[in-house]
Order: sequence, then C-alpha cells, then structure tokens
Amino acid sequence: MAATDFEWERPLIELEERIRELESFTDQRGIDLSEEITRLKRRADQLREEIFANLTPWQRVLLARHPGRPTTLEYIASIFDEFVELHGDRTFRDDPAMVGGIARLNGRPVTVIGPQKGRDTKENIRRNFGLPHPEGYRKAIRLMEQAERFGRPIITLIDVVGAYPGIEAEQRGQGLVIAEAIMTMSQLRVPIISVVTGEGGSGGALAIGVADRVWMLENAWYSVISPEMCAQILWKDSKRAPEAASLLRLTARDLMELGIIDGIVPEPMGGAHRDKEATARNVKEVLVRELQVLEGMDPDALLEARYQRYRRIGAFAEGQSQELASRREDGEEGQVPEEAGLGGQAVTGVGSPPAPSE
Amino acid sequence: MLKDLFRGRPRYATINPTPGESRQEPRPVAPKEAPDGLWLKCDGCETILYRKELQQHAQICPKCGYHFRIGGWERLEQLADEGSFTVWEDHLASVDPLGFPGYPEKVVQAQARTGLSEAVIVGRAAIEELPVALGIFDFNFVGGSMGSVVGERLTRLFERAEAERLPVVVVSAGGGGARMQEGILSLMQMAKTSQAVARYRRCRMPFISVLTDPTMGGVYASFASLGDVIIAEPGARIGFAGPRIVQETTRQVLPEGFQTAEYALQNGMIDLVVPRPKLREQVAQLLRLHL
Repeated sequence: MAATDFEWERPLIELEERIRELESFTDQRGIDLSEEITRLKRRADQLREEIFANLTPWQRVLLARHPGRPTTLEYIASIFDEFVELHGDRTFRDDPAMVGGIARLNGRPVTVIGPQKGRDTKENIRRNFGLPHPEGYRKAIRLMEQAERFGRPIITLIDVVGAYPGIEAEQRGQGLVIAEAIMTMSQLRVPIISVVTGEGGSGGALAIGVADRVWMLENAWYSVISPEMCAQILWKDSKRAPEAASLLRLTARDLMELGIIDGIVPEPMGGAHRDKEATARNVKEVLVRELQVLEGMDPDALLEARYQRYRRIGAFAEGQSQELASRREDGEEGQVPEEAGLGGQAVTGVGSPPAPSE
Repeated sequence: MLKDLFRGRPRYATINPTPGESRQEPRPVAPKEAPDGLWLKCDGCETILYRKELQQHAQICPKCGYHFRIGGWERLEQLADEGSFTVWEDHLASVDPLGFPGYPEKVVQAQARTGLSEAVIVGRAAIEELPVALGIFDFNFVGGSMGSVVGERLTRLFERAEAERLPVVVVSAGGGGARMQEGILSLMQMAKTSQAVARYRRCRMPFISVLTDPTMGGVYASFASLGDVIIAEPGARIGFAGPRIVQETTRQVLPEGFQTAEYALQNGMIDLVVPRPKLREQVAQLLRLHL
C-alpha cells in the first residue's frame, strides 16, 4: 500500500495486488489461473462499488485533499488548446497561489482563473499551499475585468482551503478584496462558469465562485467553514472533523440538494487522482455544454439570471407559523419541535438555479 | 419547491418565540450580557467604573475612551431620532436548514437575551431628521453572524432603499462572520448582500457602512466592506481571519493594535474612525453632503 492510499481502500488494494500476482504467475509459469483471476476480479469490482458508492463526507474531504489530485494548472493543460498565463495585480506583486490567463476552449478564447496548490513541498512553499493573498484576488478581479472588455467568457476552477489568514494579508485588506471580487463577479457582462475541483473553502472560494453555473466534482467539498475549524468551535477538538464534515453538508450531493450548484462532475472510481485525463475530459464536457447555453444569452438576461440565482438562496420562515405559535403558548417555550412543518403562510426559499432564460 | 429540495429531510423548524409581536415601538432592554452588579472593570484601562455612569457616557469609559460593545436597541437609541424607527422584515424568522445540533436553542436564547428577533434589525429611521434605511447588528445575537435571515433582511433593505431612494446606513457587529450553523446557505448570503449593494448603487444614493466591534469574516468580506464611506468605532476589531487563526497559521507575534479600527485606517481600508458620541453627527453630515 502506498503512502498516498487511504486506509479504507486497503482491502481493495490488497485484492488488486493479489490479482496482479496471479496474472504474473500465469505469464511466467504458464499455469492457467484464469478461473481464479476472474473470480477475484469480480470480487474486486464488487468491493470497489461498495467502498466508493458509500463514501462518508469526511472520506470525500480527504479525497479532495489527496496530494495527487489534479491541480488547476494540470486541468488547464488538459482541457484547453492553448494557454497564456498572465501575471500580477498591477498594485503589489504577482501571487503564485492564484493563476490565470487566456486559454482556448475548443477554439474559443476564454479567461481561466484558479488558485494553484503546489505539487511538492518546494512548490507548495512558493505557492503558499494555494492560499491566496489579497493581491491574488486583485489579480483575479483584473483578469475578469479584462475578459469582460473583450467579451471573453470566464471559467474559474476552485480548489482552495481558504484565503490566507496572515498578518500581511490582513494589512492589505483580505476581507475587503473578497467583497470586491464577489461584487465584481455579480456585475460582469460575460458568462461565468465555476467548477469546484477540490476544496471550496469559504470566502476564499466564493470570491472566485459567483457564476452563472456552478458545478462540483464528485468528491469536492464546499463549505462556510472547514470541518476542522467547525469541530474546534463546537467541541474544542479539531480531531472530530469527520463528524463536523457530516453536519456541515458540504459534499457535492448536499449542495445539489440545497440548490447551490447546478451539477456534479463524475470522477473516476477511486477519485480524480486515479485518472487525471478522464477527470479533465469530464470537466471539459461540462464547460463546453454550459458555455454553449450561456453564450446564447443576451447580457442583460444573463446578469438578471445571475442576480436571481443568488437572490433566492436562503432558508427562512416568512410570516408566523400559527401552529408553532400556539404550541408555544401551551408552555413549550424554547422547545423547537424536531420536525415542525412550516405552517400556513410560511415561505421558505432555497435557491434552485434558474433555467436558462432565453 | 422546498418540499422537492428537501424530500426525505423535513427538518425545518421556525425559530421565533414571540411570533407576531409588533416591534414598531422598540423598547431597549438592558445589556444583560455584561456581568451584573453596580460596578465593572474597564477592559481598556482596568479602572473600576460605575455602571450607571458608563451608561450615561454611551458605554464609553470616561477614563480611557474604551468603547464597550452595545446592543442593537441601545445603538438605535443613540443613532436615530427618537421614535423615528419603523421596523421592516421582522416577520422573517430563522429555520434550521441543516438540522444543526443546538442551533434552534441558540437562536431562542439569543432572542431572549437581546430582545431582538435576529442578529440584524432593519427599517426606516431618521438621523438628524434625514430619512434613511437603517440596519443595526447586535453582536450578542449568535455573534452577530449572518445566516439566511440576516442576508435576506439586508438584501430587502437595499432593495427597498433603492425603490424609495433612501440612503442606507448599516452598523455592523458581525464578529461571527457567516453563520456556521446554516452552512453553505450562510456563505451564499455574502454573494446575495454584495450583489444587492451593487444594484443599490444604481440609484446614486450613499451607503454608509459603520463597523463596530467586532466586524469579521463573512460580514466584513461582503456588504460591510462595500460602503461608499466606511466608518469604524475606535478600537473596534476589524478583519477577515480571527486573530487566533492568524497567530496559529503564521506563528508570528501579532503587531500592536493588529486588526483595530486605527490599524485599518492606517492601512487604507476605511475612511474614518469616529468616536461613538460623534457618530450620529458625522453620519448626518455625510448624508447631507450627498443630498
């Protein structure tokens, strides 16, 4: 078992090793073990299915953080025909934790932007583990505004633990620049597609994630807070992150159910790192399809639909729930029933992405 | 639509212990979060202060000028003309969309403690007789954090202000940032409120953002940073990441006055630092310069 394999994959990996052994045995000694091999392969398929169809939210978080998971630049190399990386925020410096530039998607020029994690320790140090500083977000804003000037659609690939929580980052307005990035994206008159490829860490992810279409990879996560920090706040114990991961509802399927994302990009069995090219092909297919729809839209309609996409997100009760009110008067104050339905005039709006309105 | 989205997980519960109660004429409640007793120690200079005297000084230490946190109703009393406030959107109540442990209880307790229905109250008010759309946060309500109701109330505030051509003043105290207990829905309120500010700008009326102690995380990283003019109270903590996180991540000694209003002013992130007794006057002056 390699260091980058997960504990829960162990039975499968051991079985795969056994199959390889038998196969090489067959080749070398000329003994026919095909019956046994077929049987074991069937068992392996079954096991694979069992393991990966029922991943816990925490297991998905770990897959999203797998060191071999494709990075933004790897996706860019696989998906686009050309790519010219552009640098700098024109104010302070170039942030290596955020990359961006002009690329061609099936011949069509687009602007691509995303945080970049390092492949090894050395690169990770240079890229600050993919945690952008304010200048990274300023570069993103600059490239987006540049794209708008030339009518280029914008694609953001999101894989970021969060905006960097450092002293200089605070000095240079980390919070302010995130707000500006969010506001800028809500106003751009070109199509925007975001794909959460790995980690979607809170404001640092949303700052490049306000889009007409948002997709997530099957094992990506996207949350208001990391499971570790959530566990720290709830139980003063970051080791209980696996429990927090379940509470936060941060998986692609959760966000689909909550009406936050438009679709889930399938990953190869075992995770994106098992077959990077296949993963990139799946992402590309979504980008091409969605772009085709969005490019047909009038910019005013596009902007209005984007506004409504976020306008309707939220869960609340509007107007009093009579049923609940009367129950409370019966002396149940402070006891909120586990499954109280919303009575009468109560309205709860959880955004579901609008259909393309053309 | 909701039913479809949450099929099999009907876990909603409205959280509003006093449904239907009109708050047209809000009455301030005593800040119960402070330790009881006639005396308290100033967090700034450690002087022992007489609580009544502190109250008469807008909860500012008469010795060192330390600004104690104040509740929503007290803020409203200090900032708006007497009796001018009409509450909007008070009927929006929080639900528990994720079935998060302890969340409904937390909201009910916060309501009891603050006398507010949620972490922000919004409505129409007058400041030195100038009509404004006003939003006021209370840190004692789940850390002044922004969940769905806070996001929706602020969004409607900006929308209604645009329709009625009113200036907007929001006094933030969002130490909790985006509210963890509503998960991704809270994060998305950052987008909802920020785009509401962008739209509001079309009407060419000013948005004055007042940052009070503490304004952090998702509140700071959205609408609160998008004011045409940004004012902060002296000593208020303003920033994106909490100081403990910064300390743990960087393993550096935090500089003196890190993330204070004065620090933000020096770094060019805000326009003005205004002491509490001058706030009303300063906001009114700015409003008049825009009308």
